[in-house]
Amino acid sequence: MTVNLDQVEPLTLKGQIAVPYTWWVGEVGSKFLIALRDEAKIIGNRCTKCNTTYVPPRKNCGSCFTDIYEFVELGNEGIVSAHTVVRFKYPLQPVESPFAYALIRLDGADVGLVHIIKRDLDRLKNGVRVKAQFKDPSERTGHILDIDSFQII
Amino acid sequence: MDNIAIVGAAQTTYERRKKDKTCYDLVFEMTKQVLEDSGLTLKDIDNVITVSNDFLDGRTISSMAVGEAAGAHDKNVSTVEGDGTFGALYGAMRVLGGFNTTLVVAHSKGSEGDVKHITNAMFDPIFQRFLGLEAITASALQASVYMDRYGIREESFAQVSVKNHGNAKNNPYAHLPMDLTIEDVMGSRKIADPLKLLDCSPVSDGAAAIIIANESYTSKAKTKPVWIKGLAHCAEAYFLGDRDLADPRSLRDAAEKAYAMAEITDPMKAFDVVELYDAFSYMEPLWLEGLGFCSPGEGCKLLDDGITTMSGTLPVNPSGGVLSAHALLVAGLARIIEAVLQLRGEAENRQVPGAKTALAHGINGPCGQSHCVWVLSSEK
Amino acid sequence: MARRVAIVGTGQTDHRSHRPDVNGREMIYEAVKRALDDCELSIHDIDAVVIGNMDHFESINYVDTWSVEGSGAVMKPIMKVTTGGTTGTSVAIAAYYHVASGLFDRVLAIGWEKNSESDTTAAIITCSDPIWDRFSYSGAIPSLATEASAYMKQYGATQEDAARVAVRDRTHALNNPHAHLRRPITVEDVMASPMLAYPIKLLDVCPRTDGAAAVVFAADGVAQKIAPKPAWIRACAVRHTYTWFGDVDYNAGLVSLQGASREAYQQAGIRNPAEDIDVAELYLPYSYAGLKWIEELGFCGPGEGPGFIQDGHTDMGGKIPVNPSGGVISTNCIGATALLRVAEAAGQVMGKASQRQVPDVEVALATGFGGCFWSDMVILGTVRP
Ligand SMILES: [Zn+2]
Repeated sequence: MTVNLDQVEPLTLKGQIAVPYTWWVGEVGSKFLIALRDEAKIIGNRCTKCNTTYVPPRKNCGSCFTDIYEFVELGNEGIVSAHTVVRFKYPLQPVESPFAYALIRLDGADVGLVHIIKRDLDRLKNGVRVKAQFKDPSERTGHILDIDSFQII
Repeated sequence: MDNIAIVGAAQTTYERRKKDKTCYDLVFEMTKQVLEDSGLTLKDIDNVITVSNDFLDGRTISSMAVGEAAGAHDKNVSTVEGDGTFGALYGAMRVLGGFNTTLVVAHSKGSEGDVKHITNAMFDPIFQRFLGLEAITASALQASVYMDRYGIREESFAQVSVKNHGNAKNNPYAHLPMDLTIEDVMGSRKIADPLKLLDCSPVSDGAAAIIIANESYTSKAKTKPVWIKGLAHCAEAYFLGDRDLADPRSLRDAAEKAYAMAEITDPMKAFDVVELYDAFSYMEPLWLEGLGFCSPGEGCKLLDDGITTMSGTLPVNPSGGVLSAHALLVAGLARIIEAVLQLRGEAENRQVPGAKTALAHGINGPCGQSHCVWVLSSEK
Repeated sequence: MARRVAIVGTGQTDHRSHRPDVNGREMIYEAVKRALDDCELSIHDIDAVVIGNMDHFESINYVDTWSVEGSGAVMKPIMKVTTGGTTGTSVAIAAYYHVASGLFDRVLAIGWEKNSESDTTAAIITCSDPIWDRFSYSGAIPSLATEASAYMKQYGATQEDAARVAVRDRTHALNNPHAHLRRPITVEDVMASPMLAYPIKLLDVCPRTDGAAAVVFAADGVAQKIAPKPAWIRACAVRHTYTWFGDVDYNAGLVSLQGASREAYQQAGIRNPAEDIDVAELYLPYSYAGLKWIEELGFCGPGEGPGFIQDGHTDMGGKIPVNPSGGVISTNCIGATALLRVAEAAGQVMGKASQRQVPDVEVALATGFGGCFWSDMVILGTVRP
C-alpha cells in the first residue's frame, strides 16, 4: 500500500506532557510570599555590597555573587517603568484581556516587579503611580497573585 | 584562534505546518542535504551537535529522537538546548578543540506544541509564571521601555516589518514574504501594545544544518569556505525588573568580544551585511544599537536613512529575518546560513553585491537576555 | 591546536530527597560557591558557564538564562547542554571544549536537579517516541529490567550477585558526607525489598535526589596556578548510539560503553584497565549495571562481573575501587549525577576526596549513562597529557 500525503490528510496523534510540579519556594522566597499572605506587605532585600534593593528578594546578589541577609519592607506603591496592554486572550492569563502587565518600581526598591493592572488602562503610561491591591485575607495563599493587581492612583 | 570555516549549509523552507514530516524526517533530510552541499560524506564528519528543546518537542531527552537522523551513530555527539547560534558555537569550539568537522543540526515544529505555553515556561515558576507572561507580552514590555526612552513611534517599528517582509519576497525559504505598507502594519490586529500582529514573527516549522571544519578539512569540501573570524556570547540578569530593557548590555559585551577577535573596530565600515534575530520588529533597531552600528536610540534612524535596506550601505536581514520565518532554535542557525550564502555569493535575488564580511546573531531567554554574535568572512 | 585542560575545583550540595529551604536557582548557587571556594577563585575569575539538567523534572525552559543569578553567569557567556542521564558528562565535556578551544581559560560546569519538584516517572516516560513506544515500553525501569534479565540468562548471574553491588555502593556512601542515602544495607535487605519489575527490586535502584554539582575547568598554564595538583583531562568519549529502546541488543552488551571505553582508553594510553586505572566513578543507575558494565569496561572478562564483585576487587582497598562516593545508588540528582562522577574522580586525582580517598590515585575514570543505553566517558589523571 502506498500513502500519498498530497491526497490524504496526514495523521496526527494528540497528547500532552502531564507532569505535576511542586516547586519549593525556599526560605527567602517564603519570606516574601508569607508577608504577602499574612501581612499584605511587600518584602525585598538589599545587597550590602552593591547597595541594590531587590524585589522579589533573593538568596544572593547575581552581580556580586554574595549572600544577601538584609531584608527590607518596601512600599505598596510604586511607579510604572514599562507596560503593555494585552489584547489577546489566553488560558495562561490570570484575568481576561484587556489587562496590562507592568514593571513597577516600588518605593524603596532598585529593581522592577512584574505584575498586572486591571483597570483604568486608558490612563496607563510609563511613569504613573500605582498601588498594590491585595486580595481578601481569606483568599491569600502565599502566591504572587495574593496581590490581586496594581491600581493606578 | 585557529582558522575554521563553515563548509556546508542547508535549510528547509519555513512554513506554518509541515504535516508530512516528523522531526526525525526533517533532521535526516537536513543531514543529507548539508553533506551534499559540502561534498563531504558522513565518514568525514567526526562529531555532531544537535539542537533541540524538550518543551518544543514534547518529550524528555528530545535529543534522543534525532541522534540517528543526524548521523551521530558511533560519533561523539552532544546537544545544545537553545538557539541554533549557540549550538553552532559549541560546534565551533569542538573544531577548535581538536575535532576536524562538526555537523550542527537544529529542528523545531512549533505547530506540534503550544508556543505560548512553552515560552511561559521561561518565566520563574514562583514569582512570574502565574502572571501568564510569555514571549510576546514580555517583549511588549521591552518595546514600551525602548519607545519611551528615545521617543520612538510605533511607525518606526512598522517600517522594519515592511522592509523585512519585503526582503522575504526574494527568499524562497521564507515563511511570510509580503508586500506591506506602514498602514498595513499599523492597522493589523493589536496583540500586546505596542505590538501588533505584523510586528510579531510567526511560528514556523523548519530545520537547518551546517558543517564547521578546521582548515585542513576546508579543502576537502567542495564549497567556498566561509571563515569564522569572531564569535562570542553573553547573558545578563534574569528578572525583567533587574534589567534596563532598552539597553542590551549583554549584546554589547558579546559584540565587543567578537569584534576584537575579528579585529573589527568600526562595525559600520567592516560589515557588508547583517542577519539578526528580529523576533519582533522593535528588536532590529535595538539589536543594531547593541551591536554598535549606531548610538543608543539611533537604531530606527538607520532604516529612516535607508542604510539597512537592500540598496543601503548595510543591508540588514536580506533573508526577511525572523519576522518572515521563525522556527524556534533553528532561526539563529538560519541567520548564519543566510550569512554563509551571502558570502558565497549564492543568495540569488537577495544577494548583497560583493559581500565579504557578515554578521549573524541569535538570542536566548526573555527579551534577548542572552546573545550570540558571529563574524563571518569570505576571506581567510 | 587543542589546549590541554584540567579540573581545578569541585563543589556539590549536601544531597537530600528534597530541599524545601532553597529553590532551584539557590541550590545551584550553593554548589557553585563550594566549587569556587574549593579552588579559591571568585566568580569574577570565571570566563564562561555551561549548565545542564532535564527540562521536565522542574519545568523550567531556558535554564541557562533562568539560572544566571545562581550559576554566576550575570554578564557572562552561558550555554545549556542537555542529553538526559548523560547530561552531567555532556556538560563536563562541553566545559572541556570551551577551554580546549582556546576561547576561555576558566569555565564552570554545572549540573543540577530538583527531582522532588515533579513526578520523575511521569517526566521520564516521555523520553520515548510519542507515536511509537511511549505507551508500551518506556521509562527507565522496564528497559533496565530487560537488560538485567538478559544478563542473568546469559551468564547465570543471580539477584544476590546484583544485591552485592548495591550493598557496596551504599557502604561506600558512609564515607561521603554529601551522599543522599547514608544508611548501610545488607544483601538480605536488598532481597527483601519490594519487587519493581523482575529482577529489579527497590534497593537495586537509585533514589530521586535534590542536588547540584559544579566543576571548574582551566587551561594549561592557568590550571597549575590555581591547583597544586590539577586533574588533567586525559580522554573524553561519547556514544549516544540508539534512538529506539527496541533496537537495543541486550545480548551484545552495553555497546555504547564498549565503544566509548575503546576510544577513551586509546586516547589515554590505557592497555589494562583494571591495572592502569586506580579508581572508577561509574554511573550505575541500578545494581545489575555494576556486574555487567564493568565487563564492558574491561575490568574483568564477560560473565566474570559477579565474581569480581564478590572477591572485593571493587571495594575500598580492592584492585580498582568503584564508586568511593557511594555512586548513583546512593545519590541521584539526575542532571548532576554524571557530573558528580567527574567531580568525584577529579577529587580522587587531586587527593581531595577526604574519607573516601583512594591512596595514590594517578588515573581515575568517570562515566555517564542515559538516554537510550548511551555512555560517556572521561578519564582524568595526575600527569599532564
Ligand atoms: Zn550586589
